[in-house]
Amino acid sequence: MTAIGQPIRRFEDDRLIRGHGQYVEDIKLAKMVYGVFVRSQVAHGLIKSINTEEAKNAKGVVAVITGNDIKEKVGKNFTAWIVPNSNQVSAEISSRPLLAIDKVRYVGEPVALVIAESREEAYDAAELVDVEYEELPAVANIEKAIQEDAPLVHEGVSRNIALSWQIKNGDVEKVFSEADKLIKQRIYINRAAPIPIEPRACIADYTNGRLTLWITSQNPHIHRFYLANVLGIPEQKIRVIAPDVGGGFGAKIDVYNEELILCYASSLLKRPIKWVETRSEHFVASLHGRDFLVDVEFAVMNDGRVLGIRGQSYANMGAYLGTVSPGVASVLHGLILPGPYRIEAFDYTTNAVFTNTMILDADRGAGRPEAIFVLERMMDLIADELGIDPLELRRRNYLPAGENIQTVTGLSYDSLDFSKVLSKFGEVSDYQALRDYQRKAREEGKYIGIGVVSSIDICGFAPSPVVGAVGLQAGQWESAVVRFHPTGKVTVLSGTHSHGQGGDTTYAQIVSDTLGVPLDSIEVLHGDTDMIPMGWGTYGSRGTSTGGSAVFKAAEKVKEKGKLIAAHLLKLSPEEIDFSNGNYFAKTDPSKKLSIQEVALHANVGWNLPAGVEPGLEAQAFFDPPNFTYPFGIHLCMVEVMPDTGEVKILKYIAVDDGGKIINPLLAEAQIHGGVVHGIGHAMYENIAYTDDGQLLTGSFNEYALPKAHFIPRIESYFTETPSPANPLGAKGIGEEGAIAAQIAVANAIIDALEPFGVKHLDGPYTPARIWKAIHQSNGKNEN
Amino acid sequence: MKQTINLKVNGEACQIDVEPRTLLVYAIREILNLTGTHVGCDTSSCGACTVLMNGKAVKSCTLFAVQADGCEITTVEGLAKQDELHPIQQSFKEKHGLQCGFCTPGMMMLACEILQASEEMSEENLRKLLKGNLCRCTGYQNIVDSIADAKARMTAVA
Repeated sequence: MTAIGQPIRRFEDDRLIRGHGQYVEDIKLAKMVYGVFVRSQVAHGLIKSINTEEAKNAKGVVAVITGNDIKEKVGKNFTAWIVPNSNQVSAEISSRPLLAIDKVRYVGEPVALVIAESREEAYDAAELVDVEYEELPAVANIEKAIQEDAPLVHEGVSRNIALSWQIKNGDVEKVFSEADKLIKQRIYINRAAPIPIEPRACIADYTNGRLTLWITSQNPHIHRFYLANVLGIPEQKIRVIAPDVGGGFGAKIDVYNEELILCYASSLLKRPIKWVETRSEHFVASLHGRDFLVDVEFAVMNDGRVLGIRGQSYANMGAYLGTVSPGVASVLHGLILPGPYRIEAFDYTTNAVFTNTMILDADRGAGRPEAIFVLERMMDLIADELGIDPLELRRRNYLPAGENIQTVTGLSYDSLDFSKVLSKFGEVSDYQALRDYQRKAREEGKYIGIGVVSSIDICGFAPSPVVGAVGLQAGQWESAVVRFHPTGKVTVLSGTHSHGQGGDTTYAQIVSDTLGVPLDSIEVLHGDTDMIPMGWGTYGSRGTSTGGSAVFKAAEKVKEKGKLIAAHLLKLSPEEIDFSNGNYFAKTDPSKKLSIQEVALHANVGWNLPAGVEPGLEAQAFFDPPNFTYPFGIHLCMVEVMPDTGEVKILKYIAVDDGGKIINPLLAEAQIHGGVVHGIGHAMYENIAYTDDGQLLTGSFNEYALPKAHFIPRIESYFTETPSPANPLGAKGIGEEGAIAAQIAVANAIIDALEPFGVKHLDGPYTPARIWKAIHQSNGKNEN
Repeated sequence: MKQTINLKVNGEACQIDVEPRTLLVYAIREILNLTGTHVGCDTSSCGACTVLMNGKAVKSCTLFAVQADGCEITTVEGLAKQDELHPIQQSFKEKHGLQCGFCTPGMMMLACEILQASEEMSEENLRKLLKGNLCRCTGYQNIVDSIADAKARMTAVA
């Protein structure tokens, strides 16, 4: 039986296509009341007064809670990433009160919670809360925030710098003095956001001595851990349920103030409280991403070899540090910046900057898209400067194929083979023909551009000792349980959480192959901390490689235990037993056999077990891989730019990715589709814009443009398979690879199309207005 | 204050009391308890709330429930006939047209309207017809393929 590698249709689909999914907003509890947040309308200001009287007396209102009401009773919301040797500001500075106390630091910061019998009454009453602010000078962007005389977001710091973390290796001075050319660029990657279509929501029910929180979370156990820490509730008294979750993309990793304060409020009121974020609220109050300003210089030889990289990045953290944002700004960004290339010397300092904006954190890729964007933008600038074809330039710099390939930043790439990806890319793209077409089209006055990029990602977010050493205050192993029921059916529990990825199906495929059990006998469950052993959730493209490997390991343990029971029943020694296709059999006489279902029944009734073997047939496993996984690939984007309007049409998009062993090609390809369109969106349409004084300009889908179906071409997705030695499945992560490669593939294609206008570099988002302006402001004129 | 309205929802007649300000989507979700219809925005942009009203795809967040008085409403729960999935549901499953599933009911209801047209449809035109509905997971490709597949299924049966 081989389910692995097959395009198995998803088991989770049936309920979802019938409208029987259960998302948090769908849940109703008896005596449930509704919460609405009053949020700061100023970016920086002192709270002079909060008048809640009128709201408290309004119809249906149960309670109005402000920061001062709770300040002695609950802790603050803190970051879980403390980057070593980075002078990261103390938790006292970077942590946020659950409701603002005395001061607000960004538009949208929760100031008061209004709770009423109905949602409408809560909204009506929230309008009646009167907050008086004394506005302070605010700062919203990186360049202004790092100036010496900038307004300070926090007291007790001399500058708006949250941390500075340097990575240095090799003889940087030497390679920069010996290089033929130094190529330098400032690159800004604009702010965007993950934007799942389901906004956040939660229901807190602390009514019977235990707290139950239903929440839109990618990682319910992390929420439980935080609730225990911030609210002081014993962890065994907390149950966190993340039911069907309508997409995450990073937005639902973080522990936010809203769920923490809702849980506390439920303990006061002894009633369940529901809060559902509106989309407008989501734009001001759910995490943003990207927003990196990078100054970088590359030392190159005339033959195209890149010898060294040096520079600085500044990531706009917003007003406080998010759950993992210090890592996004530093470790997850800087370490991967050399990408798939052989670089001798590297000196790069990552900085995190406070501003009066919403908190930044993980947005599909989290630090790595920004790194690969910078790297691959520079590779195109170098190719242009040296007159070398961009793909050829990359080929000349690739690290060798192999396992455990060391990089200049100290990473060890689990397995790498760009020749395989290149060869597949050659088969499917006819790159030279596209370049020929581009040349001819240019002669005809059409502005065609091609971006061809190489990317690599850090996935799995394990091993735990390594993530611990770089400052994450958490483990990153994963857990699983595989349980045989008396009837031979199987339940699988995973500490990861599936919110679209399809883990319920891929994990079943893994179990089916390992135990020889039909797919329809397997049920995969996740998302309930009372039922699932401690696990760390889904993000960082870790589900299959880390979570799936834990499932595999648990299934292997079950198989081994089953062998002891089978041997006993067949009156043989375990050494005389083999297992295949769901049957234990005598090596010497395969007709002497027992199915694993028969063994499961014996194990569960326990009438006749070998001495020393406990009843039951289930196992729990924890998997902590010895290395991260590093998927890699080549993406090509071809565009046409319309010079009269600045509009861009994507003509072609080819993705060739190496995701290690692919468990389910249907689902893997769909991850690439979604990731690529996320990247296209961030490149061309999506921009979180603040005014200089911190007012959000893009507060709805009318201003923040998510890609629509007709903006997007067909994505041609192909895989090569270079197994990862870092896990028993050989799998790598592919959830973020598309987003990482696409944003820069699109950018490079557009800038390539603008070459006839003398445009060498342009920052995104690549909207028609920006492109039109670049064309008309360019010094170099169209040669045609 | 409340008004009584009459609806035929998924083939069943019902009478409900709503406030004049109650949006159709909340009448469907919270009074009729048909939670397959979702809310993804507050500006009529995302289409997660799409239902059929008298056979036409409408965004139920953009109508007051009172405006639907006397109308026939079909929600995602009304697509399957008992165990038998509607062709659009079969196609979404077969072509992996959904990931998180949140936009899916709205997408399928919009697709139902699109599928009523008898003429052949280019992929480009089909994509344009989806412009009122947003998806973040799929990149749309498998949604487009699902609708094309459903078209083929329904043509084969007809």
